[in-house]
Amino acid sequence: MSVHVENLTRYAPASQRKLLDDITLTFPTGAFVALVGPSGAGKTTLLRAIAGLDQCEEGTLTLNGNSLKTLQDRAGKIGFVFQNYALFPHMTVARNISFGLDVLPRGKRPSPTEIANRVKELLELMQIPALAEAYPARLSGGQRQRVALARALATGPTLLLLDEPFGALDPIVRRTIRTWLRTLHDQLGLTTILVTHDQEEALEVADRIVVMQNGRVVQDASPTDLDEKPQTSFVMEFLGEAVTFKGQVKNGYFVPDEAHVASFPTHISEGRADAMIRPFEIMLQDEGEAAVPLATHGKSNGYRHYSATLAGRAVPVFVPETSGGAHIKTGCAHLNIQNARIFRNGTRAN
Amino acid sequence: MRAFNGAAGQYHAFCILVVDGSMKRAFTQFWRGGYSALPGYRFSLLFTVFWTGFFIILPLCALIIRPWQDGVGPVVAELHDARMFAALWTSFSTAAVAAFLNIPLGLFLAWMLVRGDLPGRHIANALIDIPLALPTAVSGITLATLYSPQGWLGYPLSKLGISVAYTRSGIVLALMFVGLPFMVRTVEPVLKNLPQELEEAAKLLGARPRQIITRVIIAPLRPALLTGFGLAFARGVGEYGSVIFIAGNQPFKSEIAPLLIVVRLQEFDYPGATAIALILLLASLSVLVCLGVLRRRISAWSVGA
Repeated sequence: MSVHVENLTRYAPASQRKLLDDITLTFPTGAFVALVGPSGAGKTTLLRAIAGLDQCEEGTLTLNGNSLKTLQDRAGKIGFVFQNYALFPHMTVARNISFGLDVLPRGKRPSPTEIANRVKELLELMQIPALAEAYPARLSGGQRQRVALARALATGPTLLLLDEPFGALDPIVRRTIRTWLRTLHDQLGLTTILVTHDQEEALEVADRIVVMQNGRVVQDASPTDLDEKPQTSFVMEFLGEAVTFKGQVKNGYFVPDEAHVASFPTHISEGRADAMIRPFEIMLQDEGEAAVPLATHGKSNGYRHYSATLAGRAVPVFVPETSGGAHIKTGCAHLNIQNARIFRNGTRAN
Repeated sequence: MRAFNGAAGQYHAFCILVVDGSMKRAFTQFWRGGYSALPGYRFSLLFTVFWTGFFIILPLCALIIRPWQDGVGPVVAELHDARMFAALWTSFSTAAVAAFLNIPLGLFLAWMLVRGDLPGRHIANALIDIPLALPTAVSGITLATLYSPQGWLGYPLSKLGISVAYTRSGIVLALMFVGLPFMVRTVEPVLKNLPQELEEAAKLLGARPRQIITRVIIAPLRPALLTGFGLAFARGVGEYGSVIFIAGNQPFKSEIAPLLIVVRLQEFDYPGATAIALILLLASLSVLVCLGVLRRRISAWSVGA
């Protein structure tokens, strides 16, 4: 199911503060989109608006080209997994899963055997066939997650909305469920919108990432584009560790304020600007006498970690283990930041 | 004497059980408090045993033993007393009806307190406990005045041919009044802890409003409703002050068992009074035990059960 949101604006109750600020987005059929952003960015609000749980004051929302006004119209067409899973505590796993079918009017409801078969099928799809008669209180976080997903999928929705579904899981389970969810999405041909505050998770699982901040969409791009071309310094920082060097653009060069950080050529107009770079993109140069002292912080994933002490602050620098250089012996070097993105007033300049 | 022999026999049986290894370990663990991090476990244990023994078990034992002190005669005689059975039936049936009628009322009130955002919510919240604080005689006199054939509510009702005061419906009314706080206060916290997402999830899954109310909200409240019913019922069976003013107290019609006990005491018929008390106790106990069993059965889904 495709989702189209246009100029959607929602105000906080009894105030002029905007929870969602003029949001226009299209989610084509089959897309796996992650909504990311810090808490309070409006991710969950947007997701709930798409589900029809909250009404927005302004803007339009269409699902498959139709504007579905009431929740009754959407019932069964949208699968929603809540952050706390919202499983019915007094029902067994099987009854939880079949709820969406059990409440259908008699004419449309499948026969009890059909429902039982559907539940069995879903339990197998979720890899929890033995849990049919268990109550939610006795399940682990990962199991509850799977039950919630099975319940959301029972009515055969084509749009799946997930609100921070991995929040309460431990790292190993998170990783397994993440991959499994992606497989499930492809297998069932769903359109999936996932809310998360974990950018790594989003980068790994989604085809497209929508970064939100203060109720607005900051950037909407593929994971690669987002990584290579962040449009604002916020996106750059949100997507991973970033180091900022303040400086001046002069005669076609970015000149950092700090000593021992090399200038590099750029095309942007003259004036103040910020260069932002990821620690593994910083290069160490061995030229010159007076240089930045480096403290070693061990290795991981094929990178040597250093902490370079500039005037007043320490900057993390990750260098590939395979690279050589005199700094290994001398313990000091110059910093080369030519791969940095330059931002002016928070937006991308180069 | 027989009672003492019985106790000794029980103690003997207990010793045999303790000799069994696992039982012994369980007992030592119980005495030592397992691996509890709480300080003062043994003190609390002794205090609890003493407290319950002294204030609950001892009076109950006295109540059980006293009727037999003048021989089996008075108890057997009491068992042939139709007036007593009529009184017991009045007590139990009115208490059950009142507690039952309190289920929807209490549920609705608790619902309004938890979900409704009404301006006078805090005042209403305080008012709900009033029947517990008010001297029962005061509530009884108030209700009797209101519902008597000349009262504010009794007069229009009697015009319609409905008489509340001095009938069993009057008793039910009084018992509903005193039992309502129990229902509200047991349902309220459970309702508060039900996440609102449950309703939203049900809505998104296509449940209609009536289905949401019955399957998603009331169904998980059933154990709490049953507990509330049990408490209101127990209070209703033992209620005296608020009932006697409105009941009319006609033997075989609107006389409640607690009143009959007082009547017997005034006749200096102590064995008779204690015999009624004993039967009342046993009947209440068995009803409460049944409710407890039922409650365990319908709350199999919760972790603690």
